[in-house]
Amino acid sequence: MDGRKWNELRPIKIEGGVLPNADGSAYLEQGRNRIIVGVFGPRELHPKHLAKPHKAVLRCRYHMAPFSVDPRRSPAPSRRDTELSMVIRNALEPALFLERYPRASIDVFVEILQADGSTRCASITAASVALVDAGIPMRDLVAACSAGKIDSEVVLDLNDIEDKEGEADLPVAYMPKLGKVTLLQMDGMLSPEEFDKALNLALEGCNKIYELQREALKSRYVKQGEGRSAE
Amino acid sequence: MPQYFKNRDLVVPGDILAEGRFRAGENTYRLGGKIYATRIGLVEYGRGVVSVIALRSNYEPRVGDTVVGAVVDIDLGSWRVDVGAPALAILNVPDAIGESFKQEMALPEIFDIGDVVVARVVKLNRDGTPILSTLGPGLGRVEEGRLVRMTPTKIPRLIGKKGSMVNMILKETGCQIVIGQNGVILVNCRDKEMEDLVVQVLEKIENEAHTTGLTNRIYGFIREMKEKGRDE
Repeated sequence: MDGRKWNELRPIKIEGGVLPNADGSAYLEQGRNRIIVGVFGPRELHPKHLAKPHKAVLRCRYHMAPFSVDPRRSPAPSRRDTELSMVIRNALEPALFLERYPRASIDVFVEILQADGSTRCASITAASVALVDAGIPMRDLVAACSAGKIDSEVVLDLNDIEDKEGEADLPVAYMPKLGKVTLLQMDGMLSPEEFDKALNLALEGCNKIYELQREALKSRYVKQGEGRSAE
Repeated sequence: MPQYFKNRDLVVPGDILAEGRFRAGENTYRLGGKIYATRIGLVEYGRGVVSVIALRSNYEPRVGDTVVGAVVDIDLGSWRVDVGAPALAILNVPDAIGESFKQEMALPEIFDIGDVVVARVVKLNRDGTPILSTLGPGLGRVEEGRLVRMTPTKIPRLIGKKGSMVNMILKETGCQIVIGQNGVILVNCRDKEMEDLVVQVLEKIENEAHTTGLTNRIYGFIREMKEKGRDE
């Protein structure tokens, strides 16, 4: 452990609207994770045969930069990247009104600049901020957080070492206002009691992250004073 | 009928705005008797309606909108124009030149790929694809000027009440401004320094669209910048 309490998150910094050429974007730091997300769309989908006649297609690309881990990794998309792209897509899809944009696509590009455990959760957190920044209508924000078990203790927000040395890892994505879980995975072994404890801990973490997402989105506007009157 | 925010409070997607006998207005949705926000913006409680004035939004085309966009593709008898909508807009030959399509017409000679056009949305297809027309005063190919992007929902702010804001800018700078409801604005001035100033003004409006007394502040800003320009 890195000096945190068992129920303590790593320090998180979120910023929206960092890429001028994307429709929406976000930058997130969670401990030593550094992630940048760009969102494009809704826009015309190419190739056209992938388009759905009754709804939009959400496409996600999760990619780790070659320098994001030590030793350097190949920039080619790995089996893991493909899986995580799917996981992120599934976690975000319930929050979007895809049926409003038939035949269109919404593209989410997640780039991991520096990785230190629980990047799938951090990616979902950042991507949902970027989607709001893109002005895409959403049912709720999606906040994600992991819990796990190290030395037979249930703990929150695993970093890379904790994930690899620990006994279990439980990433959770959650829509706090709707009270819906959109992602639940488990790696390792937990007893039913431990699972309940870890899940509740992760949901608590999601709620904390949710507050940080809100703050990050609002901070761009409150600086100049709120409200506008009729002119 | 409880309300959970004050009028013009800043809300983010998922915030519960109200409960009970309200109608869900723009940028909101109803689920289980509660009304939630779908976009970041300022909440507005009207007579039985709750809506959110979005601060970030994609362009959702409506019939009658004036739009500025680039031609990206040429089909048989029509052009495809990127106006920032969920689908590429269609501009058919009869809506572009006022006569029906004939085999021997050379479409690239009328509008080529890369040309920027000012057009009006005359119809929305069943799947929401906008159909454009360039017939009418002020519509057609853009010959010169500069394009500036804004969030589409901030366009009413740029126009102001009965055009107060845009008319003030026109009067102060003597520039030509074409406002596309899709958030693309065409600025054209004889005086290139004034053009730079207008671009700065548009950026300022984009960033401060949610604040009060904006027209007066922009007026002051233009005056100040003009003074500076004269001193140099």
